[in-house]
Amino acid sequence: MSTAPGCVSRAVVTSGPRRPPPQRADSAMAWLKRNFFDGIGNMLITFGLLWVLFETVPNLVRWAVLNAVWYTPNAEVCHAAAGACWAIVPEKYRVMLFGTFPYEEHWRGVIVIAIVLGLSVISTVRRLWSYWLFVAWIAAMAVVFVLMFGGVFGLKPIETHEWGGLPLTLIMFVGTVVGGLPAGVMLALGRRSTMPVIRALCVGFIEIIRGLPLVTILFMASLMFPLFLPEGMTIDKFMRAQIAMAIFFAAYAAEVVRGGLQAIPRGQYEAADTIGLNYWQKTTRIVLPQVMRIVLPSMMNEIIRAFKNTTFIGIIGLFDVLRATSTAIQDPTWVRYSIEAYLSIFVLYFVLCFAMSKYSERVECDLAVRR
Amino acid sequence: MANPNGSDNGREPIIEFRGVHKWYGDFHVLRNINLAVGRGEKVVICGPSGSGKSTAIRCVNRLEEHQEGDIVVNGIELTPDVRRIEAVRRTVGMVFQNFNLFPHLSVMDNLTLGPVLAQGVAKRDAEEQAAELLRRVRIPDQALKFPGQLSGGQQQRVAIARALMLRPEVILFDEPTSALDPEMIHEVLDVMTELAQAGMTMICVTHEMGFARKVADLVVFMDAGEIVEAAPPEQFFEAPTSERTRLFLSQVIH
Repeated sequence: MSTAPGCVSRAVVTSGPRRPPPQRADSAMAWLKRNFFDGIGNMLITFGLLWVLFETVPNLVRWAVLNAVWYTPNAEVCHAAAGACWAIVPEKYRVMLFGTFPYEEHWRGVIVIAIVLGLSVISTVRRLWSYWLFVAWIAAMAVVFVLMFGGVFGLKPIETHEWGGLPLTLIMFVGTVVGGLPAGVMLALGRRSTMPVIRALCVGFIEIIRGLPLVTILFMASLMFPLFLPEGMTIDKFMRAQIAMAIFFAAYAAEVVRGGLQAIPRGQYEAADTIGLNYWQKTTRIVLPQVMRIVLPSMMNEIIRAFKNTTFIGIIGLFDVLRATSTAIQDPTWVRYSIEAYLSIFVLYFVLCFAMSKYSERVECDLAVRR
Repeated sequence: MANPNGSDNGREPIIEFRGVHKWYGDFHVLRNINLAVGRGEKVVICGPSGSGKSTAIRCVNRLEEHQEGDIVVNGIELTPDVRRIEAVRRTVGMVFQNFNLFPHLSVMDNLTLGPVLAQGVAKRDAEEQAAELLRRVRIPDQALKFPGQLSGGQQQRVAIARALMLRPEVILFDEPTSALDPEMIHEVLDVMTELAQAGMTMICVTHEMGFARKVADLVVFMDAGEIVEAAPPEQFFEAPTSERTRLFLSQVIH
């Protein structure tokens, strides 16, 4: 119904000047009350948790810090002390970090660790992302291979079965991601192919690998695979494990990428078609850059998992950091301090995983800004 | 049915639909479409939603495949042959309702990617051409921004510039203003009008009847997959022959 001329609506129409939002003034006591002592249920939970902390934290601090032995070459000193024996770390760190790597060649392992970790840190600076960083990685990998295999420049050759410790763990990890990620992308693209044979192969591969535990894949690579090879042909255990790890990673990465592919609107493909791009130009320049941005959090999840999965290679007799540590503590004089040795390795894993997680968080922020 | 052929029969058609049919499953979405568009002609296609008008223009650059009849673009008949499709796409630019800019690339890269990758144009030449086109669509200072930082109207003008980068013979507009806020529709229509005045061959699916009246050589009304009426704008708006056209016009013109 329309209003008659001259009639004004009775709705009150006003607006005001611009002002800042109200500040919530909050004292510490009010904050405590609101968050911890708000009602009988929350009070019970707060007091319960305080009691648990009171019972555990002092004991932990006494064991780990106050009564701990930090350094001694003599296990008897640890024996006499009531606390933790961190002295096992300075005593055994070379075996823990390098495993079966020949003792006098450990310096090569140190350089390998420094190169991989150093370049990883450099790669986190977005300003330095360029063609040259890619070249640097290729060059670094070449140096790592020379250092690990030896046999040139007067370096003593080292067989892969002697590799061990942190260099082995890092190489296995980098090899898994560098080999598995492109394979995963190809599998994901293949799974969406219009060619039935390619699609069936990719689906079959992904489903079979995802349906098997990593341990069985490693056992197959290590024990069964050599039986299929022709007489006289061998592929060494390290390479077999490396390929198995990469394949396992690829199957999971493929599904992560597939999720991202499904999130790209059809209009993006159509726009790329209308400006004349062919399939590979469209895929590499339009689709995958957007997919990688979308799947970054879940891909980082898989990458961190791949890092922790390197501990599985200990099962087939390769001496990664964890297996090297278990070997290091076989020494009967120190064997009772295995918990301390394991705890320090856990810290190593945590620091590396946490760094990766923080890094991916930062890349997410950087990319979000440019949207 | 009204004579569906182009208004200017003297000129050689650059796009020709001859008895085109298309089905989505059992749904007959295009029914015996016959249309000839001459070089330099501007055709506006209108009609209710679901009438097949977008599908029709998407058949021109093979984003959709027709099942019967012939479509000939610039002398090339569209068949499943990939080389023919690529050749047609080189002569036909397209502007979409939702812009479909590449969100991970700057405006400049959105423009230069096609010529540099698909036609092997030198990057520097492509950038010069892009700067020139951005001036033409009146956003010369946004080249380094990303699409997400622009308004809808600006994004659609970037999309028009991107379509022009390949120096197409024809541009297809698929409801270019339907996703825009009212105050941005004009800046896009102005650019389209200028393009029309410069002699570009255009097929526009749009509900902007003012634009059709001002710019079109031929207005085509589609309903339920058929061309119901096709006439020059004066005749189309003043003396439509079909009852369905009259009903549609009464709904869209206030």
